[in-house]
Amino acid sequence: MWDYTDKVKDRFLNPRNVGEVEDPDGVGEVGSLACGDALRLTFKLDDEGRIAEARFKTFGCGSAIASASALTEMMTGMTLEEAETITNQDIADYLGGLPKEKMHCSVMGREALEDAIAHYRGEESPRTEGTVVCECFGVTDLEIERAVRENDLHTVEEVTNYTKAGGGCERCHEQIEEIIREVRGEEQPPAAAPAPKRLTNIEKIRLIEDTLEREIRPSLRMDGGDIELIDVDGNRVIVRLQGTCSGCKSAEITLRDYVQARLRELVAPELSVEEV
Amino acid sequence: MSDAGNASAAPTPALVYADNNATTRVAPEVLEEMLPYLTDYYGNPSSMYGFAERVGHKIVEARERVAALIGAHPDEIVFTSCGTEGDNTALRSALASYPNRTAVVTTKVEHPAVKNAAEKMAKEGRRVTFLPVDRQGGLDLDQVADALTEDVAVISVMWANNETGTVFPIERIGVMAAEAGVMFHTDAVQAAGKVPIDLGATPIDMLTISGHKVHAPKGVGALYVRRGTRFAPFIVGGHQERGRRGGTENVAGIVALGKACELAQLHLAEENERVRLLRDRLERDLLARIPGTLINGNPENRLPNTTSLSFEYVEGESILLMLNEHGICASSGSACTSGSLEPSHVLRAMGVPFTAAHGSIRFSLGVYNSEPEIDLIIEKLPPIIARLRELSPYWTPETAAACLRASADAS
Repeated sequence: MWDYTDKVKDRFLNPRNVGEVEDPDGVGEVGSLACGDALRLTFKLDDEGRIAEARFKTFGCGSAIASASALTEMMTGMTLEEAETITNQDIADYLGGLPKEKMHCSVMGREALEDAIAHYRGEESPRTEGTVVCECFGVTDLEIERAVRENDLHTVEEVTNYTKAGGGCERCHEQIEEIIREVRGEEQPPAAAPAPKRLTNIEKIRLIEDTLEREIRPSLRMDGGDIELIDVDGNRVIVRLQGTCSGCKSAEITLRDYVQARLRELVAPELSVEEV
Repeated sequence: MSDAGNASAAPTPALVYADNNATTRVAPEVLEEMLPYLTDYYGNPSSMYGFAERVGHKIVEARERVAALIGAHPDEIVFTSCGTEGDNTALRSALASYPNRTAVVTTKVEHPAVKNAAEKMAKEGRRVTFLPVDRQGGLDLDQVADALTEDVAVISVMWANNETGTVFPIERIGVMAAEAGVMFHTDAVQAAGKVPIDLGATPIDMLTISGHKVHAPKGVGALYVRRGTRFAPFIVGGHQERGRRGGTENVAGIVALGKACELAQLHLAEENERVRLLRDRLERDLLARIPGTLINGNPENRLPNTTSLSFEYVEGESILLMLNEHGICASSGSACTSGSLEPSHVLRAMGVPFTAAHGSIRFSLGVYNSEPEIDLIIEKLPPIIARLRELSPYWTPETAAACLRASADAS
């Protein structure tokens, strides 16, 4: 069970400002049924340009409902310029913190707020810019960059916790890593992380032989097969499958998904494996 | 967790435990039977003195009791630490025993103990077929037949699904596997004690059961290995379990599992009569009172204790947190409850639409559930769903009307 604070529990069980403002000045909508959570935020300004009333409707888990309640409580009485400065961390802090896996609920709140303010000003939603990186949850590179920068994120897992990006099929993990590297690269001179040492050809061949012996042969042998290294030509690794592996229907898959994948991981990422 | 979620000072409600597919309470008879083996009779059954012999005899009795529940011979029972160990052992053993056969066949709706083990095998370079299921969670037997090619070492199909309760045609799959010369393993963790199992009459090579799903404690399970089946141990060590599973026996756990299996046999009729009636009434009344509710799984061919319901346009974790306020324990296939971001792999494999998958709730009953507990769930859940739908941006007058129409058509 999630470790929710008493304030999260209270705002989930007794959410403030549920519903829709009549005749709203600004409307913000984020999320979808497919994503598992969604938020519709409406607000109305008073004569002095302050938020007189803010209301929400949420489809989602306990922390999504609590985050939306917190947002409406915080923004009421603010000018739009003041409301614009609310960050997802502010929403989480207002609730006494959120479990790290649930930080995306606070990000959804901030996004709905920005969406609603843009709508009031007649501007495009800021989230329509950028290129979609995570197709499962429709998250763009700009959203990921921003989450990394504002919340000082270091890993794909953290990015998933904050934006949901990468939480589905996982195919975008490399792209997310790239974005993290780019954002963090702005802060640190590249010299800080030493580049991996370039292998000489001799070293590469030794390492390939060693990896075949230690990592790959034992599991092939368990199935009555074996593998022999024939040649290394640049980044082409030429091998021969033996025993039950030779002529096995799944030999091609074994070579690509297992032998090549392990060699790329443990020796050099640019290697390709071929059978003679 | 009984007092969690209570921001107000309301008194802690009595517990209504309706999550028996997750785990079960240890039966008092089971606890009584096992306790002396934690206190007085602590001898190692491998030791050469009378004090230990008594322990050894008790393990023999436990083995007989487990075998009796599933129609097996006692020497076909290997005690394990859990269902996951049984499943992993079965798959790895089949692959090690038939080196010329390297492929694996299973389904898309297995428990992670099989699914993730099979996915790891795929990453290691094996060909693994994950058979799809239809909208009710059932398999296409033609696809099973097609998958049983010459290079397949083992097919693993669960007896009954933990999330929906859907029961698979295990006997027919067993016959097909035997004809193809393929080892057949079934994860019967959810089926044991809920449906009759007679391994004397069913062609199964290996079968997994778990103690804590049948009112024994966590940390014990058993793997059935048919006589004459080639076997390679997963945990290698001493000669325990006739060399098939190393490690000093979890004596108290094994004694508990034996007693629990004896009770399960006695309770089998009750599970299929009284518990089934409770489940049916719970399901019928919830469907009648809550528009926009769907049953996940095959209503005609299910475990007697399980119902998986989807409430459209609301999210499962919210439902569970509100049920918790009334002391009601259930499960959800929603993304948020699993810690992942996607709804359960079982509901996705069945093609349950997103409008419903995030709002799924599983009630799994047991012999300790009573009529008043079911009444309480029937009383408390409809206003919870109504409340969450008020909060939901998708619950509009149009969707509400569509749900009401669909409910009227169904009834």
